Amino acid sequence: MIAADVLRVILYEGEGSRALEDDRRYELMRGLLEKGYAVTSTRSGGQVSGVGDGRGTWVVLGQFDQQGFGGAQGAAGDLKLEVRDIDGMETPAVLAAVEAAHSAGGATKPAKWKPWFPVIDYNRCTNCMQCMSFCLFDVYGVSTEGKIKVQNQNNCKTDCPACSRVCPEVAILFPKYRFGPINGDEVSMDDVRREAMKVDISALLGGDIYAALRDRSEKAKSRFSKERDEDRALKERNRCLEKLQKGMEIPMEVLASLPSPEQIQAKAIEAKARAEAALKLAAARSGSSPEAPSPA
Amino acid sequence: MSEPVQRILYCHCAYAQVVPKDVKEEVLRRLAASGVAFDAVADLCELSAKGDPSLARLAGEGNVKIAACYPRAVKWLFSAAGVTLPEQGVEILNMRTEPAEQVVYAILGQGFAMAAAAPKEAL
Repeated sequence: MIAADVLRVILYEGEGSRALEDDRRYELMRGLLEKGYAVTSTRSGGQVSGVGDGRGTWVVLGQFDQQGFGGAQGAAGDLKLEVRDIDGMETPAVLAAVEAAHSAGGATKPAKWKPWFPVIDYNRCTNCMQCMSFCLFDVYGVSTEGKIKVQNQNNCKTDCPACSRVCPEVAILFPKYRFGPINGDEVSMDDVRREAMKVDISALLGGDIYAALRDRSEKAKSRFSKERDEDRALKERNRCLEKLQKGMEIPMEVLASLPSPEQIQAKAIEAKARAEAALKLAAARSGSSPEAPSPA
Repeated sequence: MSEPVQRILYCHCAYAQVVPKDVKEEVLRRLAASGVAFDAVADLCELSAKGDPSLARLAGEGNVKIAACYPRAVKWLFSAAGVTLPEQGVEILNMRTEPAEQVVYAILGQGFAMAAAAPKEAL
């Protein structure tokens, strides 16, 4: 059985059925969308794409007349249709019926996904690999053509837009972010200048954020070992984290879950090597030397 | 030769609070009352994240109006799923910044938009 990635419903209003009241159609659609279904509203003479890829289970809802549903019914290839007459049913009952119909059709729950992930604007991206060098969670990877890509979007930390902050071209979007241009709003020259200033947060911390974190953590450790002042070490670490949190809007919970300084260092070296290899590959493919700045 | 039928795609942005609730609900309400066929998805980001193949069909060869969010975000969400939105014939309406009235008008045109807005007894 092939599981559909997104559950589909067709609200059928055509031959062999009676039209729904406008308010009812709206309530049904809103309820289904809130539950995560894709809904196609069919009307006579209209054209839809029919969100779906011809596989999985589609539930067809309608107020059918005595002749029943005039469209296709049953199974065709990898597509299975479950038809339900919703005449006289309240919205909650319809929603329950849709869930039951999907289960009856053998549909599995779609894979979980995180609404928070980066999207690359390739019109702006210069393939500098700074995002890959920066991200500690292996969100970024490189295509076979040596081009930066989002490889493990589920690794991305919810509400953390830090990679878009280090991107010198404002080329990384988070569509669910509150503010522009990271949310996809158009990028102005002011935005580029502002983002560049925010990147300078790394300079504030000594040029390399991870190195700074590491150094401060080492200093804190050293002080702790000499003075046995746990509070002071903690305060020092928190001061550093606060700067990152304020400057780059990295959520505190992400900062608090950062790996150990040794792991950070190992990851930074690994990411740098991957970025350099990707840049070399991209340059070899284009027959030129890399123009992009060397990753941090 | 007859003109290709305009398709409509509505995104409910169900997994975040970034599109004003009153705007997206009013747009949906009026699309549902307009008498035109349309596709609605819970969240375009979800289809993109899952690389849903139906995005290719939704983009089609253009002639589609998409009620969602910032055009730059929509364009690159499609791209992230391996689908290039055609340069021509695709209009993206931004429910994050535009009022429902304007979005509905842009999608349906004046006649349909007014009919969809009118109370039942006035029709």
